[in-house]
Amino acid sequence: MADSLPTEFDVVIIGTGLPESILAAACSRSGQRVLHIDSRSYYGGNWASFSFSGLLSWLKEYQQNSDIGEESNAAWRDLILETEEAITFCKKDKTIQHTEVFCYAGQNVEDSVEELGALQKNPSSMTSSTLTELLDSSCSHEEKHKYFTSYEMPAKHTENSDREISIEVTDIEESLEKEKYRGDKTCTCTISDGDKGENKPAEDNTVQPKRNRITYSQIVKEGRRFNIDLVSKLLYSQGLLIDLLIKSNVSRYAEFENVTRILAFREGKVEQVPCSRADVFNSKELTMVEKRMLMKFLAFCLDYEQHPDEYQTLKQCSFSEYLKTKNLTPNLQHFVLHSIAMTSESSCTTIEGLKATRNFLQCLGRFGNTPFLFPLYGQGEIPQCFCRMCAVFGGIYCLRHKVQCLVVDKESGRCKAIIDHFGQRINAKYFIVEDSYLSEETCSNVQYKQISRAVLITDQSMLKTDSDQQISILIVPPAEPGTCAVRVTELCSSTMTCMKDTYLVHLTCSSSKTAREDLESVVKKLFTPYAEIEIEREELRKPRLLWALYFNMRDSSGISRSLYNGLPSNVYVCSGPDCGLGNEHAVKQAETLFQEIFPNEEFCPPPPNPEDIIFDGDDKQPQAHGTNDITMAKVESSEESKNLENPGEHLQN
Amino acid sequence: MHGRLKVKTSEEQAEAKRLEREQKLKLYQSATRAVFQKRQAGELDESVLELTSQILGANPDFATLWNCRREVLQQLEAQKSPEELATLVKAELGFLESCLRVNPKSYGTWHHRCWLLGRLPEPNWARELELCARFLEVDERNFHCWDYRRFVAAQAAVPPAEELAFTDSLITRNFSNYSSWHYRSCLLPQLHPQPDSGPRGRLPEDVLLKELELVQNAFFTDPNDQSAWFYHRWLLGRADPQDALHCLHVSRDEACLTVSFSRPLLVGSRTETLLLMVDESPLIVEWRTPDGRHQPSHIWLCDLPTTFLNDQLPQHTFRVIWTAGNAQKECVIFKDCQEGWCRDSATDEQLFRCELSLEKSTVLQSELKSCKELQELEPENKWCLLTIILLMRALDPLLYEKETLQYFETLKAVDPMRAAYLDDLRSKFLLENSVLRMEYAEVRVLHLAHKDLTVLCHLEQLLLVTHLDLSHNHLRALPPALAALRCLEVLQASDNVIESLDGVTNLPRLQELSLSNNCLQQPAALQPLASCPRLLHLNLQGNPLCQAVGILEHLAQLLPSVSSILT
Repeated sequence: MADSLPTEFDVVIIGTGLPESILAAACSRSGQRVLHIDSRSYYGGNWASFSFSGLLSWLKEYQQNSDIGEESNAAWRDLILETEEAITFCKKDKTIQHTEVFCYAGQNVEDSVEELGALQKNPSSMTSSTLTELLDSSCSHEEKHKYFTSYEMPAKHTENSDREISIEVTDIEESLEKEKYRGDKTCTCTISDGDKGENKPAEDNTVQPKRNRITYSQIVKEGRRFNIDLVSKLLYSQGLLIDLLIKSNVSRYAEFENVTRILAFREGKVEQVPCSRADVFNSKELTMVEKRMLMKFLAFCLDYEQHPDEYQTLKQCSFSEYLKTKNLTPNLQHFVLHSIAMTSESSCTTIEGLKATRNFLQCLGRFGNTPFLFPLYGQGEIPQCFCRMCAVFGGIYCLRHKVQCLVVDKESGRCKAIIDHFGQRINAKYFIVEDSYLSEETCSNVQYKQISRAVLITDQSMLKTDSDQQISILIVPPAEPGTCAVRVTELCSSTMTCMKDTYLVHLTCSSSKTAREDLESVVKKLFTPYAEIEIEREELRKPRLLWALYFNMRDSSGISRSLYNGLPSNVYVCSGPDCGLGNEHAVKQAETLFQEIFPNEEFCPPPPNPEDIIFDGDDKQPQAHGTNDITMAKVESSEESKNLENPGEHLQN
Repeated sequence: MHGRLKVKTSEEQAEAKRLEREQKLKLYQSATRAVFQKRQAGELDESVLELTSQILGANPDFATLWNCRREVLQQLEAQKSPEELATLVKAELGFLESCLRVNPKSYGTWHHRCWLLGRLPEPNWARELELCARFLEVDERNFHCWDYRRFVAAQAAVPPAEELAFTDSLITRNFSNYSSWHYRSCLLPQLHPQPDSGPRGRLPEDVLLKELELVQNAFFTDPNDQSAWFYHRWLLGRADPQDALHCLHVSRDEACLTVSFSRPLLVGSRTETLLLMVDESPLIVEWRTPDGRHQPSHIWLCDLPTTFLNDQLPQHTFRVIWTAGNAQKECVIFKDCQEGWCRDSATDEQLFRCELSLEKSTVLQSELKSCKELQELEPENKWCLLTIILLMRALDPLLYEKETLQYFETLKAVDPMRAAYLDDLRSKFLLENSVLRMEYAEVRVLHLAHKDLTVLCHLEQLLLVTHLDLSHNHLRALPPALAALRCLEVLQASDNVIESLDGVTNLPRLQELSLSNNCLQQPAALQPLASCPRLLHLNLQGNPLCQAVGILEHLAQLLPSVSSILT
């Protein structure tokens, strides 16, 4: 297929992360011939989401990737003319480091689909077996769960192996695992049905705490229910990405759910932050006077610029100092500082804090009671939506397509073409490359920041309420000054990112050490390992960890173009994911680059109404609408369904 | 080329749109004509349903067509088998839902649904409740849907507790919802019926306290949202006072009996609304209002046959029975007395606490405390200020008088748009306080000078007052209700801005009237005074009409019986 690729394009985009995908859509929409390629087998690059098995393969693939040695000088060098030179690309991805996996969930070797029913009938026996097993294994996870993973303490890493991935998976075991998964596919429904039954209120009557025993095998079996984001982000309801999605009509390709609550971690306890009017009204924790003070302060923040006298004298001090002067009780100060403004850093000034608070408040109420949206099936959907838009307007896509080099014309200094791994030369006017594709030589001057990430699968929400379908965001303030606040998002199964009765928890902060060193203390505060549960009963209230992954991701945002060595003027660089909560950086970058390349084109204008599109040989007006009564009625009803999201629709049976 | 788009220009789009509209209009008009023709011809069959559904589907507010549909459905009811009817009804319900999606606030559609559900042998009320819930999810303030929900809940006999939980859920989502709060005020008394002795429509204290906490949450969260304040007012309000006769007065001189009632009522001549028993035997009399107009009034009076009053019996007993109000009152006139009366003492509780209830003062005190707390945080919140004033009046109108007046000043400053309303309210409260003081002093003299009054109210309470001082206020008129003061002898109303004297009419005992420094323009404004038979002294100094040429002659002609007129 790749052999038959056209050789002439206007724009070649390498990498399918969010900024590249937005650019691809924008270029294609404005009539450019776009080739969009990615060396990986999936869309999104480091913005991708994976099923559970997909994530395991990602880890594995990573290792293989790193095993590939410097490849021999290939034939592609012959394609470079005398007057040209090549800028080679990176051979292996170095954006992910320090991956460590921990499995806490019970592993029943005999656990198979046939035996599921029996297990459910007698959960206590299962529990005890799990318990002993875990007790046995508490000090040596590697041994028990070796077939899946073993981790090395970072201390063991030598200088050389530091970049190596610490996952060691033997091929045979992995393929066995896969086979097992395949074999179970047909039974997935049965299993989930069983789960439903298990979860029925009937269980309330039993003395046993209402915690479902999720085993590792279940996670693997239901692996397709997971959509695990590599980068954990949310959409601000009034943010740039939402505006772009709506403006460009790309929103039609995605579904979103409102984050249901904002949490705070204060004095060792997780509590809900009242931030909207309804929250404040319903809060049982706040006193009447606190309610008024909070609402008053928030109302002031909404138009703080109109009341300069309220903050002018305190402009220079930190936001936390400023809050102390505002007649707010300590818990309210905590809420505003960490959970609403999300400015835990002591360096944050009053103005920045007020601005952040206002931004938060302006996003409230547009789609619900919190300012954030989460894309169903994971953040990885978003780049794909833009790719789809690009394809609709004629963009051509190639995954698993490696690029050997850029071909630069010595005389003009401009890039003329790329050469792919088939040795095909593809010409274009503009080239957009994601940072991770650039070789070490190109990036030798660049100092990258790192993001520390953890992905957890847990059995319970951090804060239980009547509804178990909550999407929460929690900021854990830094334990000591100088370290970073940790952002925790907890996703429930209704977001289509995890299996029923589990929660998918993402932790993010900018790195100071390895991901585990940065995040483990917060994980310990909020969760308890699955094995310890029966021993420490007072820990019962914390959710239990079933599985955990730590990794560091390169943060290539905010790097000045001038730091890259020898890039031709018509080659543009997109960065990988940044550490921020929103997607503002990616959207801004895409728009800036687009305007730079095509200063006279509109950025992602709304697509034309399908009725206004004139098809080939369709010069005349289409036949007049509604020549009979039925058509008229249809037009009316379809228009209506757009305006009002169908109350009573499902009632029509 | 592949993937390249050709798009209509904006003119082409506009043209296409215009053509489409034209086409639609034609269809609409022809369908409407067809329906009317068929209706006229009496062809009420399924084709009419089909035609009307096309039009109503686009415009559900076409009331005539809904009527047509009802006619057709009634007709078909007689012709069709039960199975056919069931399909018809199902289709109709579905059609109604599609119309509601076109316009969720269409009167016609909701009404048609009520009508249809009312005719079904086995209506599925649960489904209707769910429909309401869905529509209220989209717009929690759609009062059409609230109305329909109340209809459904009543028909399906949904327990009030369930409906209360439903209002809970909507208030939790957004408490700016009059309909929800109002529904609570209907449901709570049903859920907590008071024993017979207790005031009707009131809540037991524990429920009341819970509701007060809920509503406090709302107004501390957003003190500018009035729905919560209105509910708060209802919670502290009291049921309508019981019907009663407040005062019965008999005058020998005027041969007249006067009754004042707790609410305005209309007494038809020769009807049984009021029965008068004189010395235990019924007497047929003509009832009239003081100002002679036949309209609902607090005060009714009748002439007595002089024979009754002039005989030599030591006493006469008069009893008035208000049949509808199930109340009566009796008074006695002794041989040597000019008049006799009987009345309830106008205690503060009975008379003037209509705004707020008689709940235990501890509840009111704690409400006052939290409102003051809120007022400290929100010194400019008008709802809070007003509530404080009302609470103070409910607690002790005289004790808090000074403080109340200060709050009125603040309130007027923060809400200048309603300054006139507030002045009137303030006048009312001051007048009430003065009446209370008079009652406590047990005199028939009322001093209301220098009180910045803008309006007179509660005049029906002043039936027995003989001297009234209204001077130095901002009154613009002496209103018709003043005619209730049947015993008034001296009225001082100087230094106001009075332009009309409609109420100074038929006052049988008025002798002296001071109107100096007012705004009386025309001698004609004095016309009502002519009906006061005993008026002797009239002071008109400082009124514009004094400047007119020949005014004295004019007045002498207009008021021949007044002996002294100062101009």
